Amino acid sequence: MDDTLTIAGRSFRSRLFLGTAGYPNRRVLLDALAAGGTQFATVSIRRISLDGDAESLVDVLTGRVELLPNTAGCTTARDAVLTARLAREALGTEWVKLEVIGDRDLLYPDVEQLLRATEELVADGFVVLPYCNDDPVTCRKLADAGAAAVMPLGAPIGSGLGIVNPHAIAAICARSPVPVVLDAGIGTASDAARAMELGCAAVLLNTAVAGAHDPVRMAAAMRDAVTAGRAARLAGRIPLRTGAEPSSPQLGLIGS
Amino acid sequence: MSDPAPITVNGRPQPVPPGATVAGVAAGHGLEAGRRGVAVALNGRVVPARLWAETPVAPGDTLELVHALQGG
Repeated sequence: MDDTLTIAGRSFRSRLFLGTAGYPNRRVLLDALAAGGTQFATVSIRRISLDGDAESLVDVLTGRVELLPNTAGCTTARDAVLTARLAREALGTEWVKLEVIGDRDLLYPDVEQLLRATEELVADGFVVLPYCNDDPVTCRKLADAGAAAVMPLGAPIGSGLGIVNPHAIAAICARSPVPVVLDAGIGTASDAARAMELGCAAVLLNTAVAGAHDPVRMAAAMRDAVTAGRAARLAGRIPLRTGAEPSSPQLGLIGS
Repeated sequence: MSDPAPITVNGRPQPVPPGATVAGVAAGHGLEAGRRGVAVALNGRVVPARLWAETPVAPGDTLELVHALQGG
């Protein structure tokens, strides 16, 4: 069955996007990306170390996955826009995971700056995927500003709390004119399946895999969870009931 | 002779000789133009790799030399 994800006219077989940070080593990272079946992996853009350079991550990943640069750590639209432009120059891609952080402890997005940066980057020809709050109004405004997808958080980045407000995520999915990618908060496979069941088009996660005891096995679990969650969503779940509804026939009981 | 006036590279002051270019400063930090995964901004504007050799750097300028790293 063909069930391809399309964002900004580009097709993806895999609905699992993975981050590349925090793995025990490069070998485990590459094996996890392969086990997850991911086609799209995020990278950050940082100042080079003036004291010497390490082996290029880009060289290692090229040919294995497509790279999605992020603007992680930026706190103003201005810095995020420049980082996106540097990423475009460095990697030859107009795609950007736009992050503009408004709280250093919670890593919550700064909605005002995020909207401003989205507008500016869309006008400059970027395909903008903003990391945003789990707020249907914010998501709507980002889509109206030209975001190619919206990426609401399930819970704070790296928290592993899962999806703390599933009703908000469901409401976003029900209303969004662009694909919804659950980004941040995933802790384990059931969280990823839940995101897909709620109607998300894809899941982006990093720490849940990189920080697992066995990252490669967890990447495979996430792949299966995303596939299962997507299938369940398409299959259409039964309505919730507060009472029991017998499965077996009620006629022909012995002793009746 | 006084020391050449400084520029700022990735937040640190650094002397710059007369006639310096983006390519020269980048090369001093091990970056050659056209390498995938690296980029330079001069005073807040990206300098495409093909223009590094002909873009002058003058005292007071601010350069950002960046590359792609692991990220989430």
